[in-house]
Amino acid sequence: MNSVSPLVPSADEELLTGWGRTSPSRARVARPVDITDITVALDRRSPRGVLARGLGRSYGDAAQSGGATVIDMTGVKGFSLDPATATVRADGGASLDAILRAIVPRGFFVPVTPGTRMVTVGGAIAADIHGKNHHGSGSFGAHVRALDLLTGDGRLLTLTPETTPEEFWATVGGMGLTGIIVSATFDVIPIETSLISVDTERGTDLDDVMARMLARDSDYRYTVAWIDSVAASGRGVITRGDHARADQLPAGKRASMRDYDPAVRITAPSLIPSGLLNTLTVRAFNEAWFRKHPRQRADEVQSIAAFFHPLDGVQEWNRVYGPRGFLQYQFVVPDSGAEVVRTSLEKLARVGAPSFLTVLKRFGPSNPAPLSFPMPGWTLAADVPARVEGLDRVLDELDELVAQAGGRLYFAKDSRQSPEMVRRTYPRLTEWQAVRNRMDPDRVFTSDLARRLEL
Amino acid sequence: MIDALGDPQSVLVLGGSSEIANATVLALPRARLRRVVLAGRPGPALDAAAQRLTGAGVAGVMTADFDAANTASHKQVIDGIFDAGDIDIVILAFGVLGDQMQVEADPALAVEIATVNYTGAVSVGLHVARRLRGQGHGHLVVLSSVAGDRARRSNYVYGSTKAGLDAFAQGLGDALAGSGASVLVVRPGMVRTRMSAGLPEAPMTSDPEEVARVIVAGLRKGKHTVYAPGPLRFLMTAVKAVPRPIFRKLPQ
Repeated sequence: MNSVSPLVPSADEELLTGWGRTSPSRARVARPVDITDITVALDRRSPRGVLARGLGRSYGDAAQSGGATVIDMTGVKGFSLDPATATVRADGGASLDAILRAIVPRGFFVPVTPGTRMVTVGGAIAADIHGKNHHGSGSFGAHVRALDLLTGDGRLLTLTPETTPEEFWATVGGMGLTGIIVSATFDVIPIETSLISVDTERGTDLDDVMARMLARDSDYRYTVAWIDSVAASGRGVITRGDHARADQLPAGKRASMRDYDPAVRITAPSLIPSGLLNTLTVRAFNEAWFRKHPRQRADEVQSIAAFFHPLDGVQEWNRVYGPRGFLQYQFVVPDSGAEVVRTSLEKLARVGAPSFLTVLKRFGPSNPAPLSFPMPGWTLAADVPARVEGLDRVLDELDELVAQAGGRLYFAKDSRQSPEMVRRTYPRLTEWQAVRNRMDPDRVFTSDLARRLEL
Repeated sequence: MIDALGDPQSVLVLGGSSEIANATVLALPRARLRRVVLAGRPGPALDAAAQRLTGAGVAGVMTADFDAANTASHKQVIDGIFDAGDIDIVILAFGVLGDQMQVEADPALAVEIATVNYTGAVSVGLHVARRLRGQGHGHLVVLSSVAGDRARRSNYVYGSTKAGLDAFAQGLGDALAGSGASVLVVRPGMVRTRMSAGLPEAPMTSDPEEVARVIVAGLRKGKHTVYAPGPLRFLMTAVKAVPRPIFRKLPQ
């Protein structure tokens, strides 16, 4: 008798979740260090398919695939800067963190950074990430000159927006479903210093915050507003900035003006009772946060880490929501649907979903990618603990409002929308599917998100 | 997938006309539900169950032929259902009670009960477990019974099949630990269903809807064993401690 029990897991299997720590699934995990390893993992794939995974910062189920082979790309992480052309060529698993550490002291910055630098280049392209400069600079995909994609049948394609526009834009925002992004070349921007010159102003209520953003966002490269989700008024703090020029610094600081040390300061404890983050504690935090900022302040100098990545200073901060995990609800609505911003804050407050990270931002124009999230208008992102009773119904009501307003949800954050919602709000899904079916006819690449949303 | 807020997309009921399983389907969050397979012996009872669920607004209800006693067919049935798409929740709900007095007179009837309740459940349970492990997520809900906690004069053949099934389900849950799939063992007391119709009511008798609520709450909290109603757990601890000479004389 030599039969092997189908119930015994093999040693390479792991339970994976997204950053929100909800809906785990188990997969075979491969850890390549180069493209040869990736090809081997692709050849030996599970019958349930393959998915590339980066640093796991998608909140939901975008970077997991139950029963499939998940290729952890973080070991494929080389990159190089070409200062002459202001471009970086990076492997898919290279992190923005590592790239920033190398290029900031040499006077360059990434074209787009999200609220965490712990994302890979492959993930940044697959989710077509955006940052505080979206209104002026667009999303990450707009800055990619070329990328190398490994397809399900083992071919390595070089995609560019000029030579292969359909395949390129299906891969940008394609959530890893067209193939494995092995490497990419993207533009970087020159900076004089590693500091950000920041202007801060407070808005007394939501209307005030939104009016201030409409009036002045276009004057700045970077801008974002934090909203006090617990205060009925919807008051907030708007921070805007740009890379500080050398002449904006005091003479004494100029010698070290390109120093960059985004050190991790603390780690969140792993055992946190799930009720710790409740409306009361969030109210106290928000009050302190609002008071901490002056009504108006100009030309404050902040570090890159403090301005762009404040939460990266707290390792594993996702644990503060307790064992049931959390999700981030992020939608975009066109300006004509601005009222949805207020309604959503009210509905979330009423269901008792305390969010201390509620962020409002204006988006600029979309790019040609059929599944890219941003569109001109308002985007709101709110963290909510998954344990809140009745949250599923409230978010479905919000989905309806977002869809009616002509908006949509961000795949990199989603962990609960319906397949119907995607079909209503991403009208170019079928166009994308036609390109994907051509690029991956055997449907080798799949994820829990793709199965859940029937992408 | 069961989404971040616990809403499932697909359910398979083995023993498709089971009242407890159907009540459970109705008690689950419904907004994402798009495939409910009621597997059982074809006939009016199965069709009626499917119609009731559809009539109650459950989307994607369909039936599949399944005979718990025909273990040779189980692989094909289960693979067919899972090949058509992942299943988030499987409810193993079939079982027969039998009449203890008839069973004692005709041991062939006891074999039938044991074949359906135990042999059939072990067979299909292993096939389901293989598929859940393969997909890396999902829950198997096994309807056991407090009758398996302690054998009683009035139904010990039935009780012994549930004792065996319960031990099997616990072991299977341990085998699947960490696989992404899990097993929830449900031990209801007496439930007002077709199976118990005409029998005198025991203490803590409940309705299928109450058992369903316990199951849904157990799934949500990630429990591995639940009693229905919950306090039966304490009653059964006491019952198990009663010495046999005394237990035998208690009203059965």
